[in-house]
Amino acid sequence: MQKNRSSSRSQLGSLQRLFQHGDRPWQGVIILVSALVIILMITIGGMLWVQSAGARVKFGWSFLAPTANPNWDPVNDNFQAWPFLFGTLLTSIFAILFALPIGLGIAIFLAELCPAWLRTPLTWMVELLAAIPSVIYGLWGIFIFLPKVVAPVGVFLGDTLGKVPLLGALFTGPIPASGASRLAASLILTIMIIPTIAAVSRDVFMAIPGSQREAAKALGATEWETIWQVLIPYGRSGILGAVILGLGRALGETMAVTMVIGNSIQGGVSLLEAGYSMASIIANEFAEAVSPLHTAALLEIGLILFIITLLLNIVARFLVWQVARQTPQEARV
Amino acid sequence: MSHFAELMERNRVSRGRQRKAANTAMLSLTGVLTALALVPLFWIIAYVVIRGGKNINLDFFIHLPRPLGMAGGGVLSAIEGTLVVTFLAALFAIPPGVLAAFYAARYPNTPLGVALRFSTDVLSGVPSIVVGLFAYAVMVVPMGHYSGLAGGVALAVIMLPTIIRTTEEMLKLVPATLREASLGLGAPEWKTSLSVLFPAASSGIVTGFLLALARAAGETAPLLMTTLGNERFDIGQIFRAGVQGHKSFFTILWSIVNQPVDSLPLALWKYAQQPYPERVQQAWAVALVLMLFVLIVNVSARVWIQNRTRRMKG
Repeated sequence: MQKNRSSSRSQLGSLQRLFQHGDRPWQGVIILVSALVIILMITIGGMLWVQSAGARVKFGWSFLAPTANPNWDPVNDNFQAWPFLFGTLLTSIFAILFALPIGLGIAIFLAELCPAWLRTPLTWMVELLAAIPSVIYGLWGIFIFLPKVVAPVGVFLGDTLGKVPLLGALFTGPIPASGASRLAASLILTIMIIPTIAAVSRDVFMAIPGSQREAAKALGATEWETIWQVLIPYGRSGILGAVILGLGRALGETMAVTMVIGNSIQGGVSLLEAGYSMASIIANEFAEAVSPLHTAALLEIGLILFIITLLLNIVARFLVWQVARQTPQEARV
Repeated sequence: MSHFAELMERNRVSRGRQRKAANTAMLSLTGVLTALALVPLFWIIAYVVIRGGKNINLDFFIHLPRPLGMAGGGVLSAIEGTLVVTFLAALFAIPPGVLAAFYAARYPNTPLGVALRFSTDVLSGVPSIVVGLFAYAVMVVPMGHYSGLAGGVALAVIMLPTIIRTTEEMLKLVPATLREASLGLGAPEWKTSLSVLFPAASSGIVTGFLLALARAAGETAPLLMTTLGNERFDIGQIFRAGVQGHKSFFTILWSIVNQPVDSLPLALWKYAQQPYPERVQQAWAVALVLMLFVLIVNVSARVWIQNRTRRMKG
């Protein structure tokens, strides 16, 4: 009896040693789960690739080719994605153009100028802009932002910039009476990506060592000259990273854009016309797509979005990482 | 000569004035831009509170939607649907998210750790509509129909990166001495992780869950192709029917998650685009409920995390 118990205890002991008191299974589990997260990312791309096979095989690269007479015909199963690509790119690029100066201004204000007691509440408010659900932006956009801001601004732009040769092509009016247009989408996107650009570039400014500021000021530079001629060039690649992250967010934004862009498939290039974006064609048509080819074409648009955001993320992380690397671990005064 | 020196001096003074003026102008501009960016925030909050507040009442929370064009009714189906879908998402995302965060916090520099951080970054950048397409491909296609379950999977993928990152950050804030003390007393690694590190970081981790939940609850795009929407969805009725039909508890639960469900953001999107004024008013009320939930969770989570970070660092 005594002997039996001690032998079973030693068996248990050797078993415990074998599993290192439970550490082997524990490590196994966390390694497995981490690997699953990585596999999940790959699977998203893989699933879209496989499921969009029908459209990829049938249309090839002509699916993406620029065209003046876009063809999107679910009845005859003929699809071209150009108007959506163009709408997404145009609205996102204009959103970046508007949001970069504002976001950079906020970052400078928060990191360099703002009194300490105001910094936290202001940072939070800017971040709350990113927390409001996109569909609420859309609702506010349809009923308030479009009639009160976009329509008057659109008319004004059509009357002034629309008359300028060359550039005028982007601003040929008239804007639809409701205001629903690519311009509206650009402006809503601007508001939505300002927090991203502001937060990332604020971190970039915070990471720049204090010695840079002290050196510039010791040479007689004013506060603004320090910022413009020293800090911004120093953090250039980090700010570029912020822009790319903002671009990624703008490209994939769905609900707010769908609600204000006007949802019209056409070949025009003007910012003041109603348009369409890649995310909004998926949102509008996916649940109602009947033919397998229609579904596959929409999935291919999703695949393109995935690839673009993947590439943008890689570039942005690389840039931000580079700034962190070149900055010595020196406490900022 | 003296004339030249005088000119130089005048030039220097005027240039100095110019630089000072430029300094003042540009510095104030950054302040103005910050204020400008906050205008939409207050504009949106004000309109949603005013218009939503006017249309919100008790019926709104306890009745199903009425047929189109009829006033009254509520959005009970959407409220129940949102609860079901976000609960499923939390169920699918939290356990793997926490386990992966343990790995990321413990081994940040192994090849797997680097790959994990990269995948987390990429996942958080994938547009939510693309996640919806993914959930459609892995859930709706094999099951053959839309369901709350598929919506839960989509929202879980959206929550996962937030959960991994916040949990990892909170685990890293736990002082190394706690960990060393536990290991020194002979506790194995897993016991240290689960009964020392996790409780020490737990309130921060829970805040991270809430932030992720708030984000997921406001997502619309991935639900379009997974839960689809269902204005007749009513858990109470499903339960009553199930009990009357003498079905087992799990069969009833399964029938709740295995059918198309409504959700608040989805209802908001549909109502906002309908030409019926009653529906548009309901849309504002839905927006108010959704926005209050998201803002309250966000603000309280941030206050909590900040206090905690300060306490742990200090």
